[in-house]
Amino acid sequence: MQIFTCPFCGPRDESEFHFGGEAGNTRPDGADVPAERWARYLYMRANPKGATSEVWVHMTCGEFFIMERDSVGHKVAASHPLGGAEKSE
Amino acid sequence: MSAERLNTGGSAIDRARPLTFSFDGRKVEAFVGDTIAAALLANDVAVVGRSFKYHRPRGVWGSGVEEPNALVDIAGRGPNMRATTELARQGLVALSVNASPDAAHDRSAFLDRFARFIPAAFYYKTFMWPDWHRFEPRIRAMAGLGKVDPAWTAPEAADQINHHCDVLVVGAGPAGLTAARIAAHDGKSVLLVDERMVPGGSLRHRDGGIDGKPSAQWITESLSALTGAGHLFLPATTAFGIYDHNLVALNQRHQDGRPDTLWRVRPRRIILATGALERPLPFADNDLPGIMSADAALVYLRCYAVRVGRRIVIATNNDSAYEVAEALTDAGATVTLIDMRQHDLPSAPKGVTILPGRMIASAQGKSRVESVTLDDGTKLTVDSVLVSGGWTPTLHLFGQARGKLAWSEKRAVFLPGDPVEGIAVAGAANGAVSLSEVFADVARATSSPPPISTGREASGGVVPAWPIAGAKGRIWIDYQSDVTAKDVELAARENFVSVEHLKRYTTLGMATDQGKTSNLLGLALLAGVSGRSIAETGTTTYRPPFTPVPLTSFAGPRSGELMAPVRRLPLENLHRAQGAVFQEYGGWLRPAFYGGADAERAIQDEARRARQSVALFDGSTLGKIEVIGPQAAAFVDFIYYNTMSTLKPGRCRYGFMLSENGVVFDDGILVRLDEHRFIVSCSTSHVAAVHARLEEWRQDRFGRDAVYIHNATSEMATLTVSGPASKQLLATLDLGLSLDDADLPHMAIGEGRFAGDLLRVARVSFTGDRSYELSIRADRAETLWRSLRQAGKAFDAVTLGLEALMILRAEKGYIVIGKDTDGTTMPQDLGVDGPRAKRQTDYVGRRSLFTEVAQAPNRLQLVGLAVREDEPPLAPGAHGILQDGPKLRSQGFVTSSYLSPVLERPIALGLIERGAARQGETIDMQHLGQKRRATITAPCAFDPSGARFNA
Repeated sequence: MQIFTCPFCGPRDESEFHFGGEAGNTRPDGADVPAERWARYLYMRANPKGATSEVWVHMTCGEFFIMERDSVGHKVAASHPLGGAEKSE
Repeated sequence: MSAERLNTGGSAIDRARPLTFSFDGRKVEAFVGDTIAAALLANDVAVVGRSFKYHRPRGVWGSGVEEPNALVDIAGRGPNMRATTELARQGLVALSVNASPDAAHDRSAFLDRFARFIPAAFYYKTFMWPDWHRFEPRIRAMAGLGKVDPAWTAPEAADQINHHCDVLVVGAGPAGLTAARIAAHDGKSVLLVDERMVPGGSLRHRDGGIDGKPSAQWITESLSALTGAGHLFLPATTAFGIYDHNLVALNQRHQDGRPDTLWRVRPRRIILATGALERPLPFADNDLPGIMSADAALVYLRCYAVRVGRRIVIATNNDSAYEVAEALTDAGATVTLIDMRQHDLPSAPKGVTILPGRMIASAQGKSRVESVTLDDGTKLTVDSVLVSGGWTPTLHLFGQARGKLAWSEKRAVFLPGDPVEGIAVAGAANGAVSLSEVFADVARATSSPPPISTGREASGGVVPAWPIAGAKGRIWIDYQSDVTAKDVELAARENFVSVEHLKRYTTLGMATDQGKTSNLLGLALLAGVSGRSIAETGTTTYRPPFTPVPLTSFAGPRSGELMAPVRRLPLENLHRAQGAVFQEYGGWLRPAFYGGADAERAIQDEARRARQSVALFDGSTLGKIEVIGPQAAAFVDFIYYNTMSTLKPGRCRYGFMLSENGVVFDDGILVRLDEHRFIVSCSTSHVAAVHARLEEWRQDRFGRDAVYIHNATSEMATLTVSGPASKQLLATLDLGLSLDDADLPHMAIGEGRFAGDLLRVARVSFTGDRSYELSIRADRAETLWRSLRQAGKAFDAVTLGLEALMILRAEKGYIVIGKDTDGTTMPQDLGVDGPRAKRQTDYVGRRSLFTEVAQAPNRLQLVGLAVREDEPPLAPGAHGILQDGPKLRSQGFVTSSYLSPVLERPIALGLIERGAARQGETIDMQHLGQKRRATITAPCAFDPSGARFNA
């Protein structure tokens, strides 16, 4: 069981968190978005081996945030609020 | 008679407290402190079990967790318990495994004579035709180990403890005790665990002295210094797994009948002082009872005063057996020491005959070893053979933590390779042999001075003793899984040359001991056969648990109702008093119907009476999520498929929420309280998911100051009054608001008061009849429900369970998401195409409604399905079928089906290909081989004009 750091609450057990998706998957708006672009938004993921940047939600406080972690060694490098600059190591 | 209890000695036993227990129905005498294995040896029981596959007689091999042979089923405790780690207790009942009637007289022993016809993978290859499953039950009945007692239940829930500390030390031998003392001295909080009942590890039976004191005194002093300073020591506790971020799981065993406790420990630093395990030596029939680990024989002698034999041969490839030879000679045994090595031998102990440069080629005996033949042909008569094939550092936990192992040519073992963050390995696990080396090893990681070894020092001289391909006879590699050298050679011949494949093909290293004594021998042989080095061949992956852990311990208190706790209605007790039969719906315990043993009749009766007069229903579980803020209208527009910003304050609108892939995710009523405040009323089972989704879009798209979201579901109870007489019923109560249809029309809300509390009244309907949903503080709902029931008497009001409500909504063609829709259903499939065609602003899932798939002509669409009045209802899940050329294929299926009491005929909803355009068409239906016909209709079967909303 891993320890994740919520930027608002601090380090907590992984069972308090839900995975929200890869960070930076921007939603293209509109009914005329090309099918390929929309499919990429819906389904295509980089799934990198190594350093990743992901959106997680801390269910007990309800806040979504960005977590930088390693998908191989599972080491958590940092986490910070969505769109925020403040970091919590 | 060969093994016996000596009259003096035995540091672990209390001779003043004798006890008896039963093994295979035989009475066994023991002392408090004995393990079951020690007591069996003291009573000269040579055969303690039968092997997994060939039913060969097997005796005690070791003295701890590595034990492959001496497994026993203990009544009330569990199957496959290691006799070497379980304490003997007064009245305990133990049975040998895989033996019938008992280990000494097993009637399946004949199997061993067919052994050469049933090598590794024999069953796979032989019983493929016609079907493995025809043979499997009988083969499984013949093989295997202990028996699970199906009648056993846990006496109580197992404890689970979360623990935090600075340093966790695994193993309380010389290295662990020293490491714990140094950490404590440095001001760290320490948890020290050891799988044995008492601390000390090898110090308990090996020669040595520390700081000028006897080992036993040093152990006692070290431990009391530790516990006296408030640190924790857990004996009989095995660290069985290291998980992500260095979470360590411990299995703590109790002697008082309590279930094992599971500890989850979060240490800042882990020190593995897990020691080393002695390996067997390869020679023919090396599995005979009476052949055991040399170190274990020393444990039984010194801790339990059991001398395992009188005429003993000790075979070794290393220095550690010399102390054993000396001790057994001193205890009166005749000992011959056979050392593989010709040169550089330790000095010979007094009275021990040493044969250098010799090996055992084979052992002989029927149910126990009687003689051995050496490689030069010499035959020696014996009653006991002790072997030491070298020491394997116990690195399972290090391996689980993704530590890489490095092969040491000099020591002929794997040692820890690159360090793992937060984990140190110390002592014998790190390759140290003498106490001086152990202490130096511990000191390397710390600054404080370690103790000084002042007694006799062990030496670590060793030569490899690996099995060699083509050797004569049956050389056992894995005792517990019955794997011989020939099985390993066969696997290699058939190209299973990866250790992982070897393991799965031969079962080498499987079963309860997970190959603690056998793995290295097996992979060394595989390396030899496949022409690779041992380092190249590598080890199998280490996975938890290190030793078996009872499932009760993982379950803890989470069983029965606590497995998945249900949510309960505020008015549950009132419903119960009224005879409600409860069922779980979407995580909530709700009334299915009221009263009566005949459920079907009660449900039909409730549904019929609801249409006649008035029904009362507890809808408290419906979602009530408030969306508040300056951008609330824009927010709900984006969230919903339907345009919601045009809704007037005080009004309600039905709508869908979609997933980004266009599939209908939830449906429900949105209430607009005022300009900037909405209530999302979602399905009971979707509240948490809808709430999370609203938060996600709020935080990731709209911003924290655009809207605020509050889940008020459990704050309010919602009681529904539905039916033609609902307005008259409410008029008899003083609710403080006008019920006039001009003031409170269908799909509008009003605000009143009941007994001083705020009451929200919404005219929305899930039954198709005039309905009022009354929402009030949950803790005041009881009075309101009582008043409604009291007032209802004059109108023949019926209380409605969820089953009858399902009939009423299906009569109207109202869907339940997930029941009448699936993971492909889009809003246009449900006949709601307006927003898709007309909306200009963006909303969740919009682009997905215009893909090729979304616009395909053959989509499944919601329809009603009618059968003849005198027929029973269609089965839910029945398929509409179509003869498509030679093939029969599905063209949709029934999603909901009931008998409608008001229509006096079956009704059904379904998803059928192009269904909306096929109304009036009769199609074939099939369910479990039975064919019927049904006519496609509109989904709404009752009051299609909606006149009853205002009746």
